Amino acid sequence: MSFDIKTNVIQPRRHTYAHIAKRLGGDKPATRYQEGTWDLQPTVNFHYRPTWNPEREIYDKSLTAIKMEDWYSFNDPRQLYYGTYTMARHKMMEAEESHFKFIDKSNMMTLMDAEWQQMVRDFILPLRHFEWGANMNNCDCSDKAYGTAISQVALFAAMDRLGIAQIISRVGLLLDDSTGKSLDQAKADWLDSDRWQGVRKMLEDSFVVEDWFELLVAQNLCMDGVVFPLFYQHFDEAGQAHGGSAMSMLNEFMQDWGKDEKRWMDHLLKVTAAESAENAALLSGWAVKWTDLAIEAFTPIAHHVLGDKADEAMTSIRTEITQRAKKSGLEI
Amino acid sequence: MSRTVSITLQNNDDARPIIDAIEKDNPKATINLYPAMVKIDCDGRLIVKQETVEELLGREWDVQELHLSIISIAGNVDEEDDYFELSWNI
Amino acid sequence: MAEKRKKKLGIKQRYSMLTRGLGWDTTYQPMDKVFPYDNYEGIIIHDWEGWEDPFRLTMDAYWKFQSEKEKKLYAVIDSFAQNNGHLGITDARYVNAIKLFLTGVSPLEYQAARGFTHVGRQFRGVGPRVACQMQAIDELRHVQTQVHSMSHYNKYFDGLHSAPHMHDRVWYLSVPKSFFDDARTAGPFEFLTSISFAFEYVLTNLLFVPFMSGAAFNGDMATVTFGFSAQSDEARHMTLGLEVIKFMLEQDERNIPIVQRWMDKWFWRGTRMLTLVAMMMDYMLPKRVMSWREAWDIYFTEAGGALFADLARYGIKPPKYADIATKEAEHLSHQAWHIFYNYTHAAAFHTWIPEKEELDWLSEKYPNTFDKYYRPRLEYLDKEEKAGRRFYNDTLPMLCQVCQIPMGFTDMDDPTTISFEVSEYKDDKYHTCSLGCKDIFDYEPEKYVQAWLPVHQIYQGNCGGAEVPDVLKWYNFNLGADNMEYKGSPDQKLWDEWQAHRKKA
Repeated sequence: MSFDIKTNVIQPRRHTYAHIAKRLGGDKPATRYQEGTWDLQPTVNFHYRPTWNPEREIYDKSLTAIKMEDWYSFNDPRQLYYGTYTMARHKMMEAEESHFKFIDKSNMMTLMDAEWQQMVRDFILPLRHFEWGANMNNCDCSDKAYGTAISQVALFAAMDRLGIAQIISRVGLLLDDSTGKSLDQAKADWLDSDRWQGVRKMLEDSFVVEDWFELLVAQNLCMDGVVFPLFYQHFDEAGQAHGGSAMSMLNEFMQDWGKDEKRWMDHLLKVTAAESAENAALLSGWAVKWTDLAIEAFTPIAHHVLGDKADEAMTSIRTEITQRAKKSGLEI
Repeated sequence: MSRTVSITLQNNDDARPIIDAIEKDNPKATINLYPAMVKIDCDGRLIVKQETVEELLGREWDVQELHLSIISIAGNVDEEDDYFELSWNI
Repeated sequence: MAEKRKKKLGIKQRYSMLTRGLGWDTTYQPMDKVFPYDNYEGIIIHDWEGWEDPFRLTMDAYWKFQSEKEKKLYAVIDSFAQNNGHLGITDARYVNAIKLFLTGVSPLEYQAARGFTHVGRQFRGVGPRVACQMQAIDELRHVQTQVHSMSHYNKYFDGLHSAPHMHDRVWYLSVPKSFFDDARTAGPFEFLTSISFAFEYVLTNLLFVPFMSGAAFNGDMATVTFGFSAQSDEARHMTLGLEVIKFMLEQDERNIPIVQRWMDKWFWRGTRMLTLVAMMMDYMLPKRVMSWREAWDIYFTEAGGALFADLARYGIKPPKYADIATKEAEHLSHQAWHIFYNYTHAAAFHTWIPEKEELDWLSEKYPNTFDKYYRPRLEYLDKEEKAGRRFYNDTLPMLCQVCQIPMGFTDMDDPTTISFEVSEYKDDKYHTCSLGCKDIFDYEPEKYVQAWLPVHQIYQGNCGGAEVPDVLKWYNFNLGADNMEYKGSPDQKLWDEWQAHRKKA
């Protein structure tokens, strides 16, 4: 259909919604990220208090000790809203899918030393439960967070962690010829093996952390700050000597994801710390506490896989987290 | 007492082979046309078979692709690798 | 092994390994502390493994299908904007339905996203948690695609500029807002019964299916595309709604009366909220697909009939007052339009008296009621308007304490008598519009006395000032543009100009 009306007759009367224009400082065209994020969450005149926790409102700033003048000061540097999020993840997954197909077709998993195959079962498969915990924690943060900007990045992260847990599970199915036996063993290890109990305890303790911003720091800066370099760089490199290139290919999704997470998480820390000295002090305290816990919790599995190189790896990981935190304005 | 199960699909090219497959596999089904959509009703049970859709489409078809065209359903869902079925236990 | 055997897993088994196997019972922290909210409502679950996954999308498939839907949808939205698609609609009056949608419905999608995120963390079963999380992110999709689709209309028409601000404040928007606040402040099982079952499974078809088909009929390709694209997620959501009901009913027979009470409550609350949709369908679509009454017959009487017959084996009965709601389908849209015609000076959309052919259509669709009760009134108001006496009601109406709709509905057997009920709680009197709403109040008065009733709030001076214009400014209305009669509105003036240019061209 076309309309032969002179364009000057159909000039727009406004360029964006009023609340968006207010944030932009004038009526100008806005991005889809901005229109799909800013001020979507209700802020006042809630009708009833939650029967499951009458102490709080449905959306409540006091669910964290962090204070922000404006909870939309943080904007996702990746500008992800649902549409761009699913398209970005689908693209990453398409590449991962072709790796799975190739490895399956060429029986590439069998090129790994038998010992290393066992090692992979020991370290990567139980991690799917850690990823499921990371899903829970991000879901909790998304639930309690104030404002759409932070709530939606946490929800995207939650779904991503489910996706990663499923990718890891599929590694197990490749190793055990789709019987699921490797996954059963991995769960037994997760529940009972000494190597994993520190991680499991830390994660379960995080499930009951009340302050959602502390939880966000604990999970996405500290625990993930250990897991992503340790499992997908250090362990990956260690596997090279054992014919582990299939695992290297499969690690790609997680490697890319880890980089992506740093982008928004570091920016969130930076914006939040810059708001006030009180915020910076809170973030710093949480970062120190949970980095110590995470380093300690993952040390046994690091020793199991890396042997005497483990301490060096853990030191470099600690340095990396510290540098990131400092760059974001935290004292650590 | 009504036992009608129902599936509503978009009335477009992607959904066309699915609609045709439903018609073929469910002789009792009634097809109702509305602007931009098609509502298919059937007494008690209605099935979408992968095999039939693939025949009509001339390519492999994942049953979950149904999610791209579906607008609404009524009935208990049973989704398997090779079929999608709606039914009432009445 | 001579030849490596490649086993292909069936969809159910694969899904189970990839999701259900992920969870474990915590031991370093008690389960009841990790999941503190899933047992205070009295619902007894013996075995969370008894949950049947309503659909089996793993994240890889989810990203694949959803990104494909999004690509298609945004292509339509882009082309709608580039080609000035708003000029292709049947009539500018139609846009008023879109205004009501953006201010009344889209914010609910956001509330749904946050509500499902909450329950997606709170259930101790992995199956329901994953299903809820997926719905949470779907609902975020819905609010964002709606905001993006309607962004183009906002550029050319009034009343669409401040949806979140209005949703938190405007009197008639407290009807949908309080509905969702009610669900979100309930426990996780009641939340799923209210939103997934009563709303998504039983009632949402009435909103999306005939209305979106109507949008297509009225040339609004942007809306029909987001509408149907959203509905493609809805089939999953509906399946979740039915599954959670069956799950509760199968786990323990003591759950049955609780579930029945929730169904009764949420069916009634849902039909009350859909009053707005009834009016949109019968009065706001210049070209009509079906009447509210017909939609009710198809989507409630027929589809709901089969559903409740299916659930009868658990001892579940059709919702209480379903018979009254069916009677109301003959009256609802007409009474609601009348209320808004009265108060359109305080609303962010326009109203009008339907054209003669439209009145004839209503007469034909509502042979039992329209000519007898409603047509004469509309014709009288039309005459008044033409004589320069367009009627506006300057007295603020009393609102129902539960559904928050002005108390303008009548007794269904006597459409000339206003219906109301009274309850007492701690020495105060509370008014409700119907037996359905009274039941809801009486069961949980401590909840409903908290309601933020807009008219009470105005009289208490909490809404910008003592005069109506002060309140409307507090609502962020552009007076004389967003509100009042359609005839003579800036929307109409502009639309007529565009039409005149089109004729010339």
